[in-house]
Amino acid sequence: MDAQPRPFWNPLAAGALLGVALLATFVITGHGLGASGFFARTAAWLSALVAPDWAASNGYFAPFLRGGNPLASWISWEIVGVVIGAFLGATAAGRFRLGIERGPSITAGSRLLWALAGGVLVGFGARLAQGCTSGVGLSGSAALAVAGFVFLAGFFVAGFATAHFTRRLWQ
Amino acid sequence: MTFPLYDNGLLSGLFLGVLFGYALEAAGFGSARRLTGQFLLTDWSVFKVMFTAVIVAAFGLWLFQLAGWMRPGSYYVPTLLLYGTFLGGALIGIGFMLGGYCPGTSAVGLASGRIDALVFMIGMVAGSAVYAMVFDWIRPLALATAGPQGWTLPQLLGVSDIVVIAGLAVIAFLGWKLGTAVERRFGGPYTAQKVLTELDGVEPRPGTDLGRVQPAE
Repeated sequence: MDAQPRPFWNPLAAGALLGVALLATFVITGHGLGASGFFARTAAWLSALVAPDWAASNGYFAPFLRGGNPLASWISWEIVGVVIGAFLGATAAGRFRLGIERGPSITAGSRLLWALAGGVLVGFGARLAQGCTSGVGLSGSAALAVAGFVFLAGFFVAGFATAHFTRRLWQ
Repeated sequence: MTFPLYDNGLLSGLFLGVLFGYALEAAGFGSARRLTGQFLLTDWSVFKVMFTAVIVAAFGLWLFQLAGWMRPGSYYVPTLLLYGTFLGGALIGIGFMLGGYCPGTSAVGLASGRIDALVFMIGMVAGSAVYAMVFDWIRPLALATAGPQGWTLPQLLGVSDIVVIAGLAVIAFLGWKLGTAVERRFGGPYTAQKVLTELDGVEPRPGTDLGRVQPAE
């Protein structure tokens, strides 16, 4: 058995650190933190590799591709940083462990299929909202944007409405 | 000195990303079960951490403007879309309950060793491509806005920023109290030990109280 992992931080401390990181981002860059933009840029980049003509004429991807490599962007460096920061924190606290996280009543295969399906919905939804929980929900609300709070309302309402039907995945 | 610096270079992204990822991991947001526990009522960390961060950052932005270090309107404020903002948020809520993450936390899940987070990321890339495929059809609906560019809650309500921040603090305090009471009733919140012990769908051992709230927390 592995050594005991260190406990998660209490939500007040973790939230305060997250808030300071978000404030520092506004002060240094002029915008908030994000995440989904990186995955949209990855999709644009892959499309340009696989189907260059389609991607260059696509109404959504073309603007990403006009400036050269769509991945050469602040959001990509930020996501690389997120992975490094989270990895350092997880290993230092004994919380890194390879595995498939799931409830006891679902197989690993189904869990991965649902993860894929959930990812597709989230990827689509983040383009529709022009951002995700980080970019619109967190950063938008910190900027007191109406959009931030409307986004969070949609996220929380749909999350609670779906909870009953997805319980078996997690518990 | 005036801010923002508008530094969008490599080091700026790496440094701020490291802080962001470290904070999310410390919060326990590399765990899909802890994250989805928000809507199963067993773990209110998503609400607590998110509201704390929003209030700290909003208060900081207010202070920077009060001190004259930053001008109002000098930083990005997202625009409310007529359909996109709410529907997109709702789709993310559903996808979050099915898949276990949102975009930022999936990177934290991967960095914590979760294979399901990597698969979720592949799904997000596919979902973004699907959006691009249907973009020409839905463009007029998707881009329709409601209200002015960068509309803020203080503008909507006709009050000053600090009044809205104070209101948020009251909501956060009440939600925090409610959440703590509810999550205890449902046997939460998830601890790092419970998440890791039960990682690959392992049944909780009978008679243990893993996951129960520790008085010290």
